[in-house]
Amino acid sequence: MPTYSRCAACKYLRKKCPSDCIFSPYFPLNNPRRFENVHKIYGAGNIARMIQKIPVHLREHAIDSLHFEAHCRVEDPVYGCVKIISQLQAELNWAQNQLVKTQAEIALVLNIYGPKEEPFSDLQVNEEDDSCDIGYHNFQPNNYGLQPFDPSVLGYGLS
Amino acid sequence: METTPQTLIKISDTKMASSSSYNSPCAACKFLRRKCMPGCIFAPYFPPEEPQKFANVHKIFGASNVTKLLNDLLPHQREDAVNSLAYEAEARVRDPVYGCVGAISYLQRQVHKLQKELDAANADLIRFAYSNSNNNNNNNDNNNDRNQNSSSPASMQGIIIPPLPSPTTTTTDHFVTGFYQPSDDNVISHQLIHQPSYPFIPWNNDMVNVDQRGGGGGHLDQGNNNI
Repeated sequence: MPTYSRCAACKYLRKKCPSDCIFSPYFPLNNPRRFENVHKIYGAGNIARMIQKIPVHLREHAIDSLHFEAHCRVEDPVYGCVKIISQLQAELNWAQNQLVKTQAEIALVLNIYGPKEEPFSDLQVNEEDDSCDIGYHNFQPNNYGLQPFDPSVLGYGLS
Repeated sequence: METTPQTLIKISDTKMASSSSYNSPCAACKFLRRKCMPGCIFAPYFPPEEPQKFANVHKIFGASNVTKLLNDLLPHQREDAVNSLAYEAEARVRDPVYGCVGAISYLQRQVHKLQKELDAANADLIRFAYSNSNNNNNNNDNNNDRNQNSSSPASMQGIIIPPLPSPTTTTTDHFVTGFYQPSDDNVISHQLIHQPSYPFIPWNNDMVNVDQRGGGGGHLDQGNNNI
């Protein structure tokens, strides 16, 4: 008896799953919630249209990120994943302030007692792997008074 | 000043567009080429002066999905929801592959890097303060001064050492590389959402399947990572 299995998308949409289904590599049948979330937020048509414009080797990454954002939006319909960006920026600001304070205290100690040992903080922090760099430092999404995401405004001379 | 989503998302114009302006329909109705009726759900949030805002949102989410989203929210929540949708849509338009996730990943790396620097600076501070306080203790001993507590590095002459911040990650230690790694599966950890600090995005093979949980929030069980 011939058997064929539909992908989660075609099963959800109640249609036949063709051999060249654009969804099937990214929405396996054993993970129905994945497509449900994505369809709920973006819609199958929008997803298909977006996937088609992306090179094949990047489509999985795109679907993963879309799924992540859709999941965040399902969990938090008001802020979605923007809340995470907000939290990270707050952490960044906090860490920056703490670093400035600590460095001031170090300067105070050195001022009082003079340097005795080499500081750890002069050690080179390992640079991130360049292969991970997607050029996001150029991202400036601000259009409507939204907080700019331009990394240069984060304030610590980050590159 | 605490950064909240509300402060992150600001509207450039606090005035809301009239929903029944005879002069100009809202940006949404203009884009959709339809009459902007009184009570148009888009009108308060898509003023005609910002056509690109709705264009992006429509391109990524679609008008009907946005309508459904807004209808499920209370009126006082809709403004922030629309602005966060606009933010995500613009991020996705600029970066069709990673969208906002790229931004999150970038920020995670920066936080991680800064945290390392902070740890090093704190270590320096402790070391300098401790070694200097020991020198003071030795000098005092030589002078027969027994009042110093030589067993404790706390005699630091009034130097305040800030407490070392501790990340609150639980199972994300293996995610400290912090950036997307090609994975053989399609799972995403849900723990990112609920942790107030170090919410690394786990893209590697050790992620748990958010969709295999029973529903609702909270911690996930380590599930199979299937493609």
